[in-house]
Parts: sequence; C-alpha cells; structure tokens
Amino acid sequence: MIAAFDLILLLFVLICAVAALSVKDLLSAVIILGAYSFFMCLLWAEMGAVDVAFTEASVSAGIGTVLFIAAVSKTKRRSKD
Amino acid sequence: MTRVTDDIIIRTVARVLIPFIQLYALYVIMHGHHSPGGGFQGGVIFGASFILYLLTHGLEEAKARMSEMKAGLFSSFGLLIYSGIGLLCLIMGSNYLDYGRLSTILRVIPAQARSLGILGVEIGVGIAVMAVMFSIFFDIATGGEPPGGEESFGDRDG
Repeated sequence: MIAAFDLILLLFVLICAVAALSVKDLLSAVIILGAYSFFMCLLWAEMGAVDVAFTEASVSAGIGTVLFIAAVSKTKRRSKD
Repeated sequence: MTRVTDDIIIRTVARVLIPFIQLYALYVIMHGHHSPGGGFQGGVIFGASFILYLLTHGLEEAKARMSEMKAGLFSSFGLLIYSGIGLLCLIMGSNYLDYGRLSTILRVIPAQARSLGILGVEIGVGIAVMAVMFSIFFDIATGGEPPGGEESFGDRDG
C-alpha cells in the first residue's frame, strides 16, 4: 500500500481510458483497453485484492481482448446503409 | 481470422505453449480453495488455450479437438457437477452446498469434507467456464454460421 505507487498506476489507468475513448481506429482502441485492464490488474494486486487482480488479468486482459478483436475483425470500413 | 496459417514459427510456438497453459490452468483450478484463483479463472485460462489452438491451427483442426457440440456437452457437464454436489448436500439433510455433511460419504472429518467439496465445485465450474469461453469465441469467429460456412451460403434458397 504505497500511496505514490497507487497514484502512478491510477495515472496510467486514466491515460489508457482517455486514449481508448479518443483513438479513432477500433483495433487500437481494443489494444489500449487491454493495456487499461492490465494496469487495473496491477492496481488491484497492489491494493491487496489478489483474487480480483487474477480475474482481471485472465478475463479482461486475456479473453476480453481476444473476443473484442474477433468482433472487430467482423466489422467493415463502411456501413451498408 | 481463423484461417489456417502455414507459418512454422506460429504453429510450433503454439504447440509448445498450449500444454504449459493447460497445466497452469489445472494448477489454478486445483489450488483455488487455498490460494488466489479458482474455477472461474482456471477455466478462463483453459479456454484461452483452446482459443489459441483455434487461432493457430484453423477451424477444421480445432473442430476435431473441441467441436461446438462437445463444448455444449462440457458446459452442461460442469454445471451438472456443480449442482450435483449441491443437491447431494441437500439430500444428505443439510443446506444447499453445505459440504460439512458430505463427511459421512467421504469418510473424513467435516473440515476436510468442506475442502474436498469446494474442490469438486471448482472443477465443475472450471469445466463449464472453459467450454462456454470456447463456445463464445467459436460463435464470434464463425459469425454464427452453420457448419460448412461460406461455401454452402449460396446454395440456400431465398
């Protein structure tokens, strides 16, 4: 529980969140969301919630990113309507 | 994105890596009741190993290992283990998922019966989550199309 470490990780989480929202390319947004999940996982682990950190790492940073990429690969550049 | 790759590096790395991922998933499931982790996380990691196989070896080879029907059967089987242990406790005369009463069947002290009971539930949850994660990715990757895919798409009437 080091406050400075907490704040630095929180800063990274905020940067990733804003970047994932503001970037135009969908694939880049998904990868930045994966980085967001990983920093969130580090934050959980640092605050002592190891089980939550484990779930965040495996589900959100692992499977979630893969599912999002699979969904993005199904999208097209222009919509039909 | 699920086409067969002929890149030898990707195929070899996946083939070497998948057993270790699965071993780690089994470790997470088996140690879930006295360390971080558990059925859900272990099941997700196990499902990720199958997804890696599907991504690197293509749809046809992955279907031979884990088809959609097998995934459905595994998810039902995991739920059966989970609810079966819970109902067994109910039949033995205690609350649902109250493993202490299982000590008469397992012939151990109640504290150890609780440990073994939660281990059984973790295994059930792990199997179910593994199958459901693979099933979700399978559905997204194939676009929900029936087996046969794009070749049989034009033959359909209407």
